[in-house]
Amino acid sequence: MKRKLYDLAHARAGDKGNTTILSLIAYKAEDFPLLRARVTPDAVKRHFADIIKGEVARHELPHLGALQFIGQDALGGGVTISLCVDAHGKSLSSALLEMEIETD
Amino acid sequence: MTDTVRIGCGAGFQGDRLEPALVLAEHGKLDYLMLECLGERTVALAQLRKLHDPAHGYDSLLERRMAGLLPLIKQNGVRVVTNMGAANPLGGAQAILALARKLGLKVRVAALTGDDVLDALDPRQKVLETGEPLASIGPLFSANAYLGVEAMLPCLESGADVILTGRVADPSLALAPLTHHYGWRIDDEDRMARGTVVGHLLECAGQLTGGYYADPGKKDVPGMATLGFPFADVDADGNASLSKVAGTGGKISRATATEQLLYEVTDPTAYLTPDITADFSAVEINETASDAISVTGARGKPRPATLKVSIGYHAGYMGEGEISYAGENCVARAQLAGEIVAERLRGQFQELRIDILGLSSLHTRAMSGGDYRPYEVRLRVAGRSADRDMAARIGEEIEALWTNGPAGGGGARKETREQIGIVSCLIARETVRPQVTVFET
Repeated sequence: MKRKLYDLAHARAGDKGNTTILSLIAYKAEDFPLLRARVTPDAVKRHFADIIKGEVARHELPHLGALQFIGQDALGGGVTISLCVDAHGKSLSSALLEMEIETD
Repeated sequence: MTDTVRIGCGAGFQGDRLEPALVLAEHGKLDYLMLECLGERTVALAQLRKLHDPAHGYDSLLERRMAGLLPLIKQNGVRVVTNMGAANPLGGAQAILALARKLGLKVRVAALTGDDVLDALDPRQKVLETGEPLASIGPLFSANAYLGVEAMLPCLESGADVILTGRVADPSLALAPLTHHYGWRIDDEDRMARGTVVGHLLECAGQLTGGYYADPGKKDVPGMATLGFPFADVDADGNASLSKVAGTGGKISRATATEQLLYEVTDPTAYLTPDITADFSAVEINETASDAISVTGARGKPRPATLKVSIGYHAGYMGEGEISYAGENCVARAQLAGEIVAERLRGQFQELRIDILGLSSLHTRAMSGGDYRPYEVRLRVAGRSADRDMAARIGEEIEALWTNGPAGGGGARKETREQIGIVSCLIARETVRPQVTVFET
């Protein structure tokens, strides 16, 4: 069965230079193992194809139920010179929550 | 809890609301009030203002914020720690004294300078974002090193009512008062790390208390129009309890705090500041009462050998134009308008961005779903040029669609603005000479 991350977690986006920093936090601790298994750096990179042009790295914070994604080359050169409406990429948190994963 | 010191945050960015700081100063029983008002571009923009008028260059809202705060902080014994000095802490201090005299208050201000390192930069130093030398960037007009607790301590020791800095690391605005109050050593790595976590949780103000969090029906937040900003009660070991003034809007929970803890942290095991390398990976957040959380578990490793410098350079002009379309076939008309403008400007811009707001401007078209048909959309065209008049042509071409473009276009608007580019590099600590100047009414 496919579920949207929106139903399982909340998220917030930040930026540093041309890098997006996306925090994904499970609503329920018991959903963290599923998120850890399915929301891999590769899966996130595929989901953000054409937006995140560089590498995606992931940090895990299990007792906070959180995954932290760092996406390089994601912000049109960085907030100060980007031509994008959302130069900071702040709405990328919402884009992440649109991602669908397989649940067992 | 055992003996604690209370620090509140009255502003999370340059344009933040004014009155939550007043509520904190009056009702918060604070020892310290931090105001974080310097974003990436703010110092660079302030530097440009100082070039036009040497008396300016401090935060443009400094007088408005301090006019309300000065009487309250004197009355309630609260010390203010803020980076509203921006590009001119000395000028900002003078402005605060002038205000104090007008209000008949006795005020001492300690201004911290020395973050301005424009004249000390080595053009061979590598730009962190590109790996190229600084010389490749072109004319720079501002460079400010991120100072930290070590530079700020003399300001705290002066007994000043207001500590006014230029560029400092945001968490240092909380860590400096903590270090001063408890006499912590700056090489006490775990306490520096715990104090840094407190500062990081507080530094975006409302983002901890339900701001930038609400999603109606899913993540509800009461009273968002009267959001109360947070404060932290911190003990001698750096463990903290965070809450907000009773009766204010918003909420503090494990969820709001986790979002803020991780905000803009590129490596949770190594969060770098001038003061410490902080490891957040074992941080624990617990809800202790309604709208109250406890935070423990940060650990520290030695601080970075160098300081980070934020550099402003002139990055040309951005021209922008927008126009809306509604009803049947509105997407096709918006796309046609975009094609017309692109053809008119062909070859003039290295990059011309054409967005359909409401459909594909924030993310890709694929994300809005194949058969999605919005009732209304807004075409946006944007581009950058070294020449202001060329940048302005974009908005002019959008406006020309009034009589030359697709049917039904409405609400055309145009804007041309200067772009300030920001990059960073590193600088040796020994090169930077912080200085504290104390002013008194």
